[in-house]
Amino acid sequence: MENFTPLTAILGGLLIGLSATILMLFNGRIAGISGIFYGAFEGKEHDTAWRWWFVAGLLAASAIFFWLAPAEYTPSSEMSLTNVAIAGLLVGFGTRLGSGCTSGHGVCGIARFSMRSIIATITFIVAGVATTYVVRHLIGMGS
Amino acid sequence: MRRPLVAVISGALFGLGLCVSQMVNPQKVLNFLDIFGNWDPSLLLVIGAATGLTMFSFGFVLKRKTSLFDDEFRLPTSKDIDRRLIVGSAIFGVGWGIGGYCPGPAIASITTGLIEPTVFVVFLLLGSQIEKVWGWFAARASS
Repeated sequence: MENFTPLTAILGGLLIGLSATILMLFNGRIAGISGIFYGAFEGKEHDTAWRWWFVAGLLAASAIFFWLAPAEYTPSSEMSLTNVAIAGLLVGFGTRLGSGCTSGHGVCGIARFSMRSIIATITFIVAGVATTYVVRHLIGMGS
Repeated sequence: MRRPLVAVISGALFGLGLCVSQMVNPQKVLNFLDIFGNWDPSLLLVIGAATGLTMFSFGFVLKRKTSLFDDEFRLPTSKDIDRRLIVGSAIFGVGWGIGGYCPGPAIASITTGLIEPTVFVVFLLLGSQIEKVWGWFAARASS
């Protein structure tokens, strides 16, 4: 567990919680990234602008962070682009079919005590753990 | 103009949270899912802190009749634990376990300039569109 970073994990989690609180309190919306993002490309005319503003804020904050951040914050990955593309397809298909991802179900849904979201979160974590086990320990890809 | 401003601030806080907690690093996410390897529980604290704060704040926010800048709360109405929810979440989990990306971190890390998250997000959108078309055909076939 030498990679465990509890303090920044809690701080980052609180920022995400604050984000979800503000969006619900002022705009009455769920901070679910997959729903916000897909809706930005196809929502009704009056319902798309705020989605793009949200994505713009997300991108701007990340860009500034990566510009200023120390080296240990630089993301790293060792996957082939084929695997990344397959993962993207599955996540896009699955989050749309299941109506949510880590933020919509995992954070906002559980916070509303939604049984759908609790079941969804357990399902995608179990599926993720099983898949990572297969990929890392059975097939032996990655580290 | 008020609602776009809230959306941009909420998006920025969300992006900052993902960066500070290092959830933008797919290896960090995979190290959480890899409970049989060198386990890193950080993601659990991120979700725990985010959900904990949101659970507390939603307790007050959702007691209101409306949000501050809109005439209603746009909350999901479905209560069904159906096949779509389970299968969709499971497919999402498999994609998550392969790549270590869920939608939020992938979108945020486009700003690193790395090719990988950009490829992921393109296929994320493609996957969501395939689900949409597939659902449309499935509905037609059954009617």
